[in-house]
Amino acid sequence: MSIGKRKIFNTFFQGVCRGMAFLVIAALIGILVKVVANGAGVINPGFLWKAPTAGMTEGGIFPAIFGTVCITLLMIILAIPVGVSAAIYLTEYAGKNFFGRIIRASINNLAGVPSIVFGLFGVGFFVLFVGRGIDRIFGLPLLFGQPAMIWAAATLALLVLPVIIVSTEEALNSVPVSLREAAFALGATKWQVVRNVVLPQARSGILTGAILSISRGAGETAPILFTGCAYFLPRLPVYTIPYAHIPVINPLDQFMELSYHIFIMATQSTDAAATRPIQYGTTLVLIALTFLLNLSAIIFRIYFRKRSR
Amino acid sequence: MKTEHGMQGQKKTKVKIEGLSFYYGKYKAINDVSMEFYECKVTAIIGPSGCGKSTLIKSINRISEITCDVQVEGRVLLDNKNVYDRDIDLVDLRRRVGMVFQRPNPFPKSIYDNVAFGPRLYGVNNKKRLDEIVEYSLAKSALWNEVKDRLNQSAIGLSGGQQQRLCIARALAVDPEVLLMDEPCSALDPTATARIEELIEDLKKYYTIAIVTHNMQQAARISDYTGFLLNGQLIEYSITTEIFTNPDKKVTEDYITGRFG
Amino acid sequence: MNNDLKSSNSGASATSSNVSSESGLKRFGDKRISDILVESRRASVHRQRIQEFIIEKLLFAGGIAAIVFIALIFIFLFKEGIRAFFLIKPIEFIGTYILDFDDNRIFACMWQPVGESGKYSIIPLLIGSFLVALPATVISTVLGVGCGIYLAEIASIRIRDIVKPAIELLAGIPTVVIGFLCLTILATFIQNVLHTTFRLNAFVGAIGVSLVIIPVIASITDDALRAVPNELREASYGLGATKWETIWKAVVPAGISGVTASIILGMGRALGETMIVIMATGNAALVTGNIFSSVRTMTATIAAELGAVPQGGEQYCALFLVGAILFFITFALNLIAEIIISRMRKKLRL
Repeated sequence: MSIGKRKIFNTFFQGVCRGMAFLVIAALIGILVKVVANGAGVINPGFLWKAPTAGMTEGGIFPAIFGTVCITLLMIILAIPVGVSAAIYLTEYAGKNFFGRIIRASINNLAGVPSIVFGLFGVGFFVLFVGRGIDRIFGLPLLFGQPAMIWAAATLALLVLPVIIVSTEEALNSVPVSLREAAFALGATKWQVVRNVVLPQARSGILTGAILSISRGAGETAPILFTGCAYFLPRLPVYTIPYAHIPVINPLDQFMELSYHIFIMATQSTDAAATRPIQYGTTLVLIALTFLLNLSAIIFRIYFRKRSR
Repeated sequence: MKTEHGMQGQKKTKVKIEGLSFYYGKYKAINDVSMEFYECKVTAIIGPSGCGKSTLIKSINRISEITCDVQVEGRVLLDNKNVYDRDIDLVDLRRRVGMVFQRPNPFPKSIYDNVAFGPRLYGVNNKKRLDEIVEYSLAKSALWNEVKDRLNQSAIGLSGGQQQRLCIARALAVDPEVLLMDEPCSALDPTATARIEELIEDLKKYYTIAIVTHNMQQAARISDYTGFLLNGQLIEYSITTEIFTNPDKKVTEDYITGRFG
Repeated sequence: MNNDLKSSNSGASATSSNVSSESGLKRFGDKRISDILVESRRASVHRQRIQEFIIEKLLFAGGIAAIVFIALIFIFLFKEGIRAFFLIKPIEFIGTYILDFDDNRIFACMWQPVGESGKYSIIPLLIGSFLVALPATVISTVLGVGCGIYLAEIASIRIRDIVKPAIELLAGIPTVVIGFLCLTILATFIQNVLHTTFRLNAFVGAIGVSLVIIPVIASITDDALRAVPNELREASYGLGATKWETIWKAVVPAGISGVTASIILGMGRALGETMIVIMATGNAALVTGNIFSSVRTMTATIAAELGAVPQGGEQYCALFLVGAILFFITFALNLIAEIIISRMRKKLRL
């Protein structure tokens, strides 16, 4: 092949790759523009703070926002202790032995499970097995054995567990061995080293992982389809303690959620065209939420990196 | 009372290494080494890179075990007790045998918290007591005057030489009996090095010091005894002045005169 | 107290000369620091050992949780799925005999759980899943590898710092949003351009799914190509190759295992995708090879029907069986990808 021809191929194929990258970016921009364009008109303080009315054609989506916040909070409370413990165990105690390898293999597998399978597991195990089991043991009526926020949160927690474990492991491994050596050389025990040297330094990485997993959890729909989500539930999942009149989040309640709301509205609402603007509005809120979370994770990472310099 | 070598005082053995062979997995890093470290004396260990000097002193406080699979043959005696015995308390061992590393490794905490780290590990929480220990340790490592007004600032902001002296203070805060120093000056400039060498001159009054160095002039300057290690074997061990003026073995002489290394 | 005097003395300069061996050490009354430390430790060492033991067991429990839950998922899926074999004749998972419009007896593959006799053929669901996943994987491979090559080899650092996060941002968009946009905009657009019979079909779904997988493939390909040592590129340029020839003939072949693994992982994700397909593919359980036909994937089936199914019944167990099959397929794909990646890592270490 002549040099001239080779040069043409060179420019051409590089251009093709460049074009592909920009096509993908264009798709991203297109998505964002479309959602903002169609959804921005609906966003106003009323939309964000009021409950839906008139069969979802009017009103706001506050319960869905509240529900999303509740479910991700509950999810992270369940996932962080387990995930951080697992990561500490893997990096500091027994990473290379037999158990360590099986744990790692399990985490990789967990990460590859389709989200709907998590939903199946959530229904079959959490709601029906654990929930009904609790009801049976304590002689309760159907209280735990039905879809509820706690089971949806548990299902989501399983889903994001690999995310937390991997990012925590990264954070722990980024602490230099020399610091650990220095602590051991002073006579520290293993847990003292972890608690006083490693964890304080790894805090930022763990926080970043938590924020990323919140972002992931807020965007997942399949795991919560049957484990606790409801479509039209204007009442908030809150329980007011009698006499003290203090409202607390009721984990046994069902809840509305942003991504679920979009899904049902778009596919099953009685008048899809009329609710379309609200669909776009809800979508915009959801995207804004996930972007905000991802952005703050990145900012935290940079901030903590600067502070430890 | 003078010994036959003309030195003052009796020499008492603090650490004795007997027939030590040290393996990282299958790799034999130390091959049947025997030597003694005398109380309140400075013993230098010299030799070319990779000859096992660091491994040798790390075998005394058993610090290699936290990162690698190690196997040990022979004995290492601290005050006549083998540190590899099954009933040895590792925490206490590492308190009695302190270590200063090649690159200064202060914790990313305040200067105060760095020095107080050790005592706090043992449950000392009384602020006044900690204050005294911190001041004492920093004074003993010739750093107090430079940092006494900024104890709460991060240790990372100190210069390399200051950080290394901080690491020495940190080690001194748990009141060790032996100080292991693994090429403590190799990451420092000549001025900082000189200050640390002065410090060692002072510290040897109270502590038994073992120092690994690739800098032979340093060994000649500050140590009382010197051991020459090559390929994991102890080639020669003697009083420093003897080794450097009249070495027994040719290979020692070759190393000292710079023919290899 | 005589402690202060001595400590400030030795702080003045490095060469303190006025202290003899023992008095230079700090004392608290009678005790040395080491005495205080040993005493303090003795008081708490027992409690501390118990505490350490408990903590280690708790951390171990956290680690075990991953194993426990993946095992539980296995167990529960297969437990209910196996029951399906007891409630439904195994042959029915392929098809049943029905009477067609002319009253002829034919063997049809239908998934129609509701009705006087439920039909549980998995064939239309499998076809649906692959009819979406395969084109999606093909599209994503082309675009994803192209993006990966661009990021790793062609883009300048400044551009890469913008494009790579942008692609990761794409990965961060919730799938329900992408499904929503496919349902409303993309489907209409494609119907206008290609005049398809069904507005919602496998092709629309495939494009939506590829939007989710492209970042996966692009990111891993980027990492795999960047891991190829520079000496390889230098050798190629030294022989007079053009940049593209170096990329295509030297770098990509060197990183091919990473690229392949990413494609396999991408396909696994495509098969497991739920929200996009349930919103964009029309959900008709047809046996067809036509990519522009409405289809129903395994994931959509579970998602659509699990809500209204009585526990323990035929359909319930059948859905779990579908879930088990799906899990098994994605598990196998992930395993293959992992083996490839670990072999690649071993090669790089040598």
